[in-house]
Amino acid sequence: MTEHLFNKILIANRGEIAVRVMRTAKALGIRTVAIYSDADASALHVQQADEAIALGGVTAAESYLDMHKVLDAARATGAEAIHPGYGFLSENAAFARACEEAGIAFIGPSAAAIEAMGDKASAKALLADSGVPLVPGYHGDEQSDERLSAEAERIGYPLLLKASAGGGGKGMRIVLSAATLHDDIAAARREARSAFGDDRLLIEKYLIRPRHVEVQVFMDSFGNGVYLFERDCSVQRRHQKVIEEAPAPGMTAALRQRMGEAALAVAQRIQYRGAGTVEFLLDANHEFFFMEMNTRLQVEHPVTEMITGVDLVYWQLRVAAGKGLPQEVSQQNLPINGHAIEVRLYAEDPDNHFLPAIGRLKLWQAPELSASVRLDSGVQQGDEVSPYYDPMLAKLIAHGRDRTEALHNLRTALAALQVDGVKTNRDFLLRLLSLEAFANAELSTDFIERNQHELTQPLPTHWELAALTELLLPTLASQSQQQLNDPWHADGFQSALPVLRVLRLESAVGDVLRARARANDQANGLDRNQSWQLQLADHSVQLQGRLELNSQAGDIRLLQLDARVNGQQQSLPLALSEHELLLFLPQGSQRFARNRWLGEQAQDDHGGLTAPMAGQVLEVKVQPGEQVEAGQVLMIMEAMKMEHSIRAPQAALVQAVLYQAGDQVAEGTELLQLEITEEAAAEADA
Amino acid sequence: MPLIQSRLDSRSPQFAANRAQMQALVADLKAKVARIAEGGGEVAMQRHTARGKLPVRERIQLLLDAGSPFLEIGQLAAHEVYGEDVPAAGVVAGIGRINGQECMVVGNDATVKGGSYYPLTVKKHLRAQTIAQQCNLPCVYLVDSGGANLPRQDEVFPDREHFGRIFFNQANMSAAGIAQIAVVMGSCTAGGAYVPAMADESIIVRNQATIFLAGPPLVKMATGEEIGAEELGGGELHTGQSGVADHLAENDEHALQLARNAVANLNRHKPQSTAAEVEEPAYPVSELYGLIPTDTRQPYDVREVIARLVDGSEFDEFKARFGTTLVCGFAKLYGMPVGIVANNGILFSESAQKGTHFIELCAQRKIPLLFLQNITGFMVGPKYEAEGIARHGAKMVMAVACAKVPKLTLVIGGSFGAGNYGMCGRAYDPNFLFMWPNARISVMGGEQAAGVLAQVKREQLAKKGEPWSDADENAFKQPIRELYEQQGHPYYSSARLWDDGIIDPADSRRVLGLALSACLNKPIEDTRFGVFRM
Repeated sequence: MTEHLFNKILIANRGEIAVRVMRTAKALGIRTVAIYSDADASALHVQQADEAIALGGVTAAESYLDMHKVLDAARATGAEAIHPGYGFLSENAAFARACEEAGIAFIGPSAAAIEAMGDKASAKALLADSGVPLVPGYHGDEQSDERLSAEAERIGYPLLLKASAGGGGKGMRIVLSAATLHDDIAAARREARSAFGDDRLLIEKYLIRPRHVEVQVFMDSFGNGVYLFERDCSVQRRHQKVIEEAPAPGMTAALRQRMGEAALAVAQRIQYRGAGTVEFLLDANHEFFFMEMNTRLQVEHPVTEMITGVDLVYWQLRVAAGKGLPQEVSQQNLPINGHAIEVRLYAEDPDNHFLPAIGRLKLWQAPELSASVRLDSGVQQGDEVSPYYDPMLAKLIAHGRDRTEALHNLRTALAALQVDGVKTNRDFLLRLLSLEAFANAELSTDFIERNQHELTQPLPTHWELAALTELLLPTLASQSQQQLNDPWHADGFQSALPVLRVLRLESAVGDVLRARARANDQANGLDRNQSWQLQLADHSVQLQGRLELNSQAGDIRLLQLDARVNGQQQSLPLALSEHELLLFLPQGSQRFARNRWLGEQAQDDHGGLTAPMAGQVLEVKVQPGEQVEAGQVLMIMEAMKMEHSIRAPQAALVQAVLYQAGDQVAEGTELLQLEITEEAAAEADA
Repeated sequence: MPLIQSRLDSRSPQFAANRAQMQALVADLKAKVARIAEGGGEVAMQRHTARGKLPVRERIQLLLDAGSPFLEIGQLAAHEVYGEDVPAAGVVAGIGRINGQECMVVGNDATVKGGSYYPLTVKKHLRAQTIAQQCNLPCVYLVDSGGANLPRQDEVFPDREHFGRIFFNQANMSAAGIAQIAVVMGSCTAGGAYVPAMADESIIVRNQATIFLAGPPLVKMATGEEIGAEELGGGELHTGQSGVADHLAENDEHALQLARNAVANLNRHKPQSTAAEVEEPAYPVSELYGLIPTDTRQPYDVREVIARLVDGSEFDEFKARFGTTLVCGFAKLYGMPVGIVANNGILFSESAQKGTHFIELCAQRKIPLLFLQNITGFMVGPKYEAEGIARHGAKMVMAVACAKVPKLTLVIGGSFGAGNYGMCGRAYDPNFLFMWPNARISVMGGEQAAGVLAQVKREQLAKKGEPWSDADENAFKQPIRELYEQQGHPYYSSARLWDDGIIDPADSRRVLGLALSACLNKPIEDTRFGVFRM
């Protein structure tokens, strides 16, 4: 990869894809220009670029979507080409055209090709006589309720309503029967309008348990094209892909060829250029239907790269530079080497409808990377995850000689990926990968819904591992020779008595376990802490182990615990801070609270709140029945010409307000009554 | 420093026999201490924990830094003294680290007779305070006691070294800048109320702990008022109204954390720091088991003991060729310099002179002293009396008594007669005094005592012209031997707090290291000796 393609390119994106594109560009000796919003000033993609241009603004519209700013940045830096990544301006025909007009190469297809595939309805119309199978549906311009109802009757239920201009699941609804059609049309229109400024809808037959299988195609400007086989992206939630793999399980060579050729036919029809993906629905009878074509590099392109050995970004750059596909490439000699699976790591809360999560990535430790484990990450430890953009943090991809090995490698790598500070779907992904149904490749687009029950079973609390960590911790702290030289080194020594440790463990949900542990006496002084008998309420557990410090991330210590619980060996990483212990178990992470009382003052009775001194009630800020947060002002009093705020000591429900504005109260008078509800308590814990 | 070359043969039958005997002694000790550590028994413990209270030893563990060693004192206090079980005299005391600072912790065990103060409870509490005072250690009192043991009030209340002394000590330690912190975790009635009240800072547990001069029954008797204990002297009252306590805790765990915070706020820094380079002894400490002869009369070289205690087994001996029955020299214990005075036979005039000289050196140089006691006494006989062995012995006693360096005494064998004085017995205020389980302590050996008394008796009988058969003499001597054996036993000693505890010889290095380190919380003073009889 030493031929000259460009001197400098601008990457009109952020996050992992920007970083990924830069990786290939750098390998080719191409200088890279990043652009960034105010929220991303210290983001990884900015740090990795040779140059970076601030766009200003924080929302996508003010920054990454503002094509004038992007073009100005390209002109200012002398970038010869723009890689749009995915999302943002990647499928914006106007932008592709503007690039062309500005004399800057757009690393992607022509504006016309984008336009041809940008509107799903017209895309399908375009393919009507191409022989590419289409899902029965209606893609017409006439959008009256009557017409849509009539078409719905013709296609049959269940059916899918989609925004013609859409993507990403917005404005998409499943209609099970005619009874709800009217309301569903109205709702879909509303969503489509707000998402895309275009409320046109299309109707499709809704296939039962179909799989989402897509084909990667690639064409150069000389009409040469290949397909780089398929990816199965069936594991989705709310129509967003979560796990992608290549090749698709259960494919036959014949089916692969038929689908590949159909996909290439789509691309050829629009004189496509560059990397594109043709998405199909594949049903149980191996019948497939064209859904749409994505005219860009897909999020999940790495699984294709891993099984074919092709660097798709390199090909993109070649083609954008006016070169053809590499000479040695032909459909016949493209290999499928093993299997690759990818998971998308999102900042989101799987326990709360997958709502995007924000916050600081206090902890972000990548697993060990290798030829078979790849992490495409846009973040680094300490980053602030903002609410302005797509919440995807990274993609973890693993390769194996077969699907089983790839799955094993991915699970191992994901279990070793340590993240904290922001809620993520890491554990959810681990559980998905652990499902027997996934191992058996029982894939369909409703995979998650079907396995909901197993996915939401709570993990048993691993008290014994938390206990062992606490037991081993003091010896870890005294591992420096200087400390060991102190007779006071923390091995729990007592004369004539076995070492005794008292533990108070608290799970993240507030369950408390009190336990005592006795060291199993061993002659060798320093070793005596390493083997323990943990006494729990109704049974005892034999614990042995070793704790080692791996690294330190701010106030978080990253440790490796080698545990033996009743003789059973287990090794896991964990993150420890003054107030938290986070175990990264193979099945998911588990959190414990530590040092509950550290730095905490005695609290007043939870039940009531009293006047700190004699005075007058100025204002009552809450009403009975109201849920209040810790620290929220409930009432304002005036006394000694000073205002005093009466605040909620913790999250609670207001039970009674005993005085009103203007009332005189004596010192110590109870002013309000609060009830600490369980939810409130849980909230306080969270 | 020169290395001690051990000549111990760990494969000899003697070694095996010695080891077996010591193992049996240590096993017995550990079994006894384990029972004592259980406190007042299952029923009392259940009652205690059912109220949400933690056992005292668990309280101490939570108070101390996780994994901190706990140098307990008086484990065997009151053992077989009162004709009833009073494990550890109902109070657990010892030194541990809180936020990195060594502190003396004194915790009542309410499962033992309600935590009430027996005479030895008082003695132990005072002993803990004495150590704290001598070593400049902050004191944390975990109060959970019904107060004085009323049937024994005459032995706990009135005298100089009785209950009142606890508060006298609190006051004077506070005055000396030694922090006094009280955590009231249960009853704290009458005199006991002064523990938190006299403390620099005090913590009380809500709905569990009470402080009052007179409890509800006494109030009812005195004034007819009916009032609940919490209302009369609970945490709310004392932290909100009376000001007797400073911090209100929700439970034991919270209270102990608040106590830890209080220690963190002492703005205290231990003067000495640990050494960068410390070598473990070149010979395993556990070999001490095989070293100590089963027959106490059989001599062995005390350097073999020293070799298994000190850093790198390195020992710079002083005056090695003079007064050889007393071994003196410099060594290090966990990097801390220490001057060792160890018996290696009976004390002669020369040994006493050498010991005096060496103690003077250590006092001058501010090097702490470690006495390894194994002494039957000073040499007797006309030759020795005539050369003034009493005079030379007196010099050594003078030196020991006046030396202001920290002093540690470990009784590794016999501790008899004036040898006990010269080798820093209890009366000479060593900062700590520990015993091995094979040790014996009495004014003289049982055999000698029986012999002396038998001789007096024989003379009396002879005056009366009465015969005394060997069998009769033996029958006369036997109970004396037995009495001396019983009273000279370390359990007997430890039960009465003549020492700070019996330790496993294999723990000696560690215990002495902890004790010495604790001593160094106080800067070493200048020594001024009295008049030596030259």
